[in-house]
Amino acid sequence: MTTPTMAVTVLRAPRAARADLTFGLSVGVLGVMVAAAAFAPLIAPYDPDAVDLAAFYSGPSAAHWLGTDALGRDLLSRTIHGARTALLAPLAVVVISTAVGIVLGLIAGWRGGWLDSVLGRLFDVVFAFPSLLLAILAVALFGKGLVAPVIAMSIAYAPFVARLTRSLVVAERSRPYVAAYRVQGFSPPWIATRRVLPNVTPIVGAQSTLNFGYVLAELAALSFLGLGVQAPAADWGAMINEAQAGILGGHFLPALVPAAAVVLAVVAVNVIGEEYSNRIGGGAPA
Amino acid sequence: MSALRRVLGKLGGLLLTLFLASLLVFFSRFLVPGDPVSFLLRGRKPSPEAVAAVNAQYGLDLPPWQQYLSWIGGVLHGDFGRSLQYRQDVGAVIGERMPVTLGLVVMAGLMIAIVGLAAGAIAALNRGRVLDRSILIGLTALGAIPSFVGAIVLIAVFAVQLGWFPSFGSGDGGIDTLYHLVLPSTALALVFVVLVGKVTRSSMVDQLGREHVEVATSRGLRRGTVIRRHVFRNSIGPILTVSGLLVAGLLVASSIVESAFGLAGVGSLLVQSVSRLDFPVVQAIVLLIVFAFVAVNAVIDILEPVIDPRAAAGGGAR
Repeated sequence: MTTPTMAVTVLRAPRAARADLTFGLSVGVLGVMVAAAAFAPLIAPYDPDAVDLAAFYSGPSAAHWLGTDALGRDLLSRTIHGARTALLAPLAVVVISTAVGIVLGLIAGWRGGWLDSVLGRLFDVVFAFPSLLLAILAVALFGKGLVAPVIAMSIAYAPFVARLTRSLVVAERSRPYVAAYRVQGFSPPWIATRRVLPNVTPIVGAQSTLNFGYVLAELAALSFLGLGVQAPAADWGAMINEAQAGILGGHFLPALVPAAAVVLAVVAVNVIGEEYSNRIGGGAPA
Repeated sequence: MSALRRVLGKLGGLLLTLFLASLLVFFSRFLVPGDPVSFLLRGRKPSPEAVAAVNAQYGLDLPPWQQYLSWIGGVLHGDFGRSLQYRQDVGAVIGERMPVTLGLVVMAGLMIAIVGLAAGAIAALNRGRVLDRSILIGLTALGAIPSFVGAIVLIAVFAVQLGWFPSFGSGDGGIDTLYHLVLPSTALALVFVVLVGKVTRSSMVDQLGREHVEVATSRGLRRGTVIRRHVFRNSIGPILTVSGLLVAGLLVASSIVESAFGLAGVGSLLVQSVSRLDFPVVQAIVLLIVFAFVAVNAVIDILEPVIDPRAAAGGGAR
């Protein structure tokens, strides 16, 4: 009996180790980005908006580790400061959409009946609007910036959370422990919020972590289009937008540095989200 | 009979969703506080003629539901009102830019289908081997590259550094346009290849483990026949469903790619109209994208039993 078990451990060990390494690296990357966002003014070697026309498009050097952009602004400092909007705005979207989605999903799944049907139809309508399109519409209505898109994206993502929550709640509702609480005379709202909800939130949380990556990329795209964070500000998407002209002149770094930051952040968040949903078991039903 | 009722039911759901979506697009303007005339004429001189024109176009003195009825009535006849930046019919402005966007989306769609299906099938047939794992890692890496990052990297490498492809515009028609669309289509396709590839792989891996495949193999059918007729044909359902969901993503992402490559398509028109405060154009394009997305998914939904007769018999086990 012991031999097969050992064989299994030997076979599985390298894979698990590799997964742990990727996960560890991702946590590290995200940790560095969070630290950069939190302590940007202390870490950044230069003022992100300080123009130095004598040093425009200077390549990487001891003075400017990642070089400078068309106006001689230090790319490293701008990228460090850019982590603030890049991380905070998606965080707001994920927190709002998760809170709203859990409440609506819990109501739909627990109550069922006509309320469930009405909410389901409402979700269908919102699903017909891709999140980035809803964000663009919001900018058309309320003007450029991040506030309107963040609210629009929260609305766009809430139905995904709500539908997942609903399906999990429906599955929980028929489990024996719920019946047991009912028989003991606990009120349905109490059972739903105090006993069912805690069983559902880890899986919803895993899904929301994955949503964070998508939202980050979409908000960066919005700023790249010139509709989100506006140009002089140090934001990854806005930096790439400003650097487009430079690419044609062969100056790649001003665009590639913030682009790499976006990709790194998305990959790190996705790895963490997937590992998290694997660890809580089963993962989110597709 | 039941098939007809199913199709009618789906069509009813489709119409209801489209109706509710049109309400959202139309009444979104009412969320903006203040006077509608000053909202619609933001950034322009509110001359008496302009105010009168906007009033007439939107019927702003009518009650809101009548405004909606006259707007949706126009839309159903192909009349989307007048563009504020071009002083032209919105329908004409959009129609002019439609070919570029269609070419871009079709070309990207073909790339996604060919590369996604091939990568997924090869991975599935080599499941568990190094090739499978390399394809999965490759797909995941591609999936992490947002369209705008893909666009600037492609421009930097293939247009500027190597000079193989143009970086700007849509060419003078014919072959030249196809040539101009290679890089933009690639940038558009990148993110979506991963979805089709992964669904193809998992759907085929699922079928490969089925008894009917084992039976077909033990009957002595050639491996190619088994894979084509028994594995792939049964895997199409989920692949089609995911492809339908891609449509919305493709249409929206085309606005990013068109802006990056300076293509005069509908997507870049949307972005430009937001910047130039041309709300009638924005409203029309948003509505068109939503309609296209909902309609394509309804068609796939309705067609599914034709491709897979088991779906008609109440879904059944795949």
